[in-house]
Amino acid sequence: MTSARAAEHGTTSADRLQRLLALVPYVISRKVVGLAETAAAFGVSERELTDDLNMLWCVELRTPDPYCPIDLSYEGGEIVISQAEPVDRPLRLGVDEASALLVALRMLAEVGELTSVPELAEGSALSRTIAKLEAAAGEAAAPSAQVAVEVDQHAERSVLARVREALDGGRRLHLSYYVPGRDEATERDVDPMRLLVVEGRTYLEGWCRRAEAVRIFRLDRVLRIEVLDVAAEVPHQAEPVDVDQGLFRPSPGDMRVVLELTPRGRWVAEYYPCEDVTELGDGRLKVTLRTPDGAWARRLALGLGEDGRVVEPAALAAAVRADAATALAQYATDPSDSGPAPNKR
Amino acid sequence: MSRRKTERLLSLVVCLLSSQRYLTATQIRAAVPGYPASFDAFKRMFERDKEELRELGIPLDMGTNAALDDEVGYRIPRQAYELPDIRLEPDEAAVLAVAARVWHRAELAGAAAGALLKLRAAGVEAEETAQPGIEPRLQTGEAAFAPLWEAVRDRRPVTFRYRAAGRSEAQQRELEPWGVVNRHGRWYVAGHDRARQAVRAFRLSRIDGAVAFSGPPGSVTVPADADVRELVKSWDERPVAPRSAVLSVRAGAGLGIRRQATREVAGTEGWDEVETPFAEVAWFSEHLASFGPDVVVREPADLRDAVITRLKGALA
Repeated sequence: MTSARAAEHGTTSADRLQRLLALVPYVISRKVVGLAETAAAFGVSERELTDDLNMLWCVELRTPDPYCPIDLSYEGGEIVISQAEPVDRPLRLGVDEASALLVALRMLAEVGELTSVPELAEGSALSRTIAKLEAAAGEAAAPSAQVAVEVDQHAERSVLARVREALDGGRRLHLSYYVPGRDEATERDVDPMRLLVVEGRTYLEGWCRRAEAVRIFRLDRVLRIEVLDVAAEVPHQAEPVDVDQGLFRPSPGDMRVVLELTPRGRWVAEYYPCEDVTELGDGRLKVTLRTPDGAWARRLALGLGEDGRVVEPAALAAAVRADAATALAQYATDPSDSGPAPNKR
Repeated sequence: MSRRKTERLLSLVVCLLSSQRYLTATQIRAAVPGYPASFDAFKRMFERDKEELRELGIPLDMGTNAALDDEVGYRIPRQAYELPDIRLEPDEAAVLAVAARVWHRAELAGAAAGALLKLRAAGVEAEETAQPGIEPRLQTGEAAFAPLWEAVRDRRPVTFRYRAAGRSEAQQRELEPWGVVNRHGRWYVAGHDRARQAVRAFRLSRIDGAVAFSGPPGSVTVPADADVRELVKSWDERPVAPRSAVLSVRAGAGLGIRRQATREVAGTEGWDEVETPFAEVAWFSEHLASFGPDVVVREPADLRDAVITRLKGALA
């Protein structure tokens, strides 16, 4: 059972049994450990923890002679388990448990190779951890080989190396950054905070001195990068993005764009976070997107052509038609030769 | 949650771990408090308890102590139960903490947390102190991930409806899954397609509806030389001979095209000539059409026609 599910539906007997079986070796391996610290480690209240300890202490087997195999005390807020021989070691890792960690560790190895993070490099702490975990998991480690995570190779290694250099040395970066929606390069100074690897892409999170805010930059869109001879100054108010909420969250002021997609246009729903996706039959879709960038939506619709029709807003639909008409007129001017005012060769 | 049930299961585990010998159901009933008086009711409850322990991954052995014993007994072999010794240095524990966060809120997040708990119980201090300044995340937004991982793990064949790219109808497929692969942030499953008698890869986001098991655990054999990662890669990157396009690009515009250009010649009347490689007409015509009036395709003719078709579609 996942802990998330348990949190939603209350703890099951199985969840609690797992906790009890982990609690005993947790205390024993530390000899003496505080109640508060242990409760925090297991994500329970001190009251729940003492209830767990009481339950362990009360275990009684009735034959051949009645005896209590577990002896412990938690006087003065310090837990000591003096006897618990049958359950003094944690249960083995299950296949899901071993796989979750091993797949993640192997992904880190790729990320480390790509980003030259010292802790994740070949022969580092990471490879030692993988070897130790594989040994401890035993047979349960095998199925994890059937899950592979390939980390994005789009970003230039030289760009990554500069970002690392700035992060490690606490230096400011200058970026020339491509914004596809506006089809332009923007110049900005950024004080780097973290490297993020999300949905297979590599991003730099940093304090953008132009926007005076935390910004996320896709590394494959960096046109030019320079480590400045200036110390990075990330202000106190700079809040790292909560990666788990999604990197790009719509803000209330964003434009709402509704598109109707043909089967060939369905990829839009796979590539962009959609607020709403409705099947229209025959493989057609209606999707609702939010974007702060009208130019981006215009380009998307132009590229989709007949595979994506703008339903809303009307102004966007009109702009797309106007762009298409202008572009087509350029093709119509000279059908034999192609360009508008082509260069003489 | 039933407190009495937790107490009973805990006593049962302690009892079966304590004994070197196989204990019969009768002996277990005598030793473990909390079972009902009626033998039939006890048997039913004991069956359910055994199932719960197995689901938790607790190894429950069945056997007899002597060849002539006719009643089977149960025990939990300590060797099979216990996590072997594992000691992690502080830098290793820091890496482990980063790894445990990779699945945050994704399908295997609970399993990662469970594993971390057991490792902590073994004495590992996986505190989130040292930060390597990097936060990798895996997401499993696709509903098909959980059943397909289960199928891969337990070696079971599956059936599902699959909508191939650009198709209006989903088709029924039967697959012996060999592995799941995340590539460029998307999940794929690769294996042996039973109907087509060939190796195939599928993108999870294009699976339509539920994934059903079509055979028992252990009924899929993964070839020893199967490399699912390579399978998905070759499926995803079908080799296409690169071609070259000649474009007129408005001066000062089309930066996204110029980034890939192999040749740029500044023109005189507000247009530059740009030569750029491309692989697929379908994808590249979409990319070029997105620049609207800033780009005119000069060659090749099929690319030019494709862009004109796109623009006419946008006009309609």
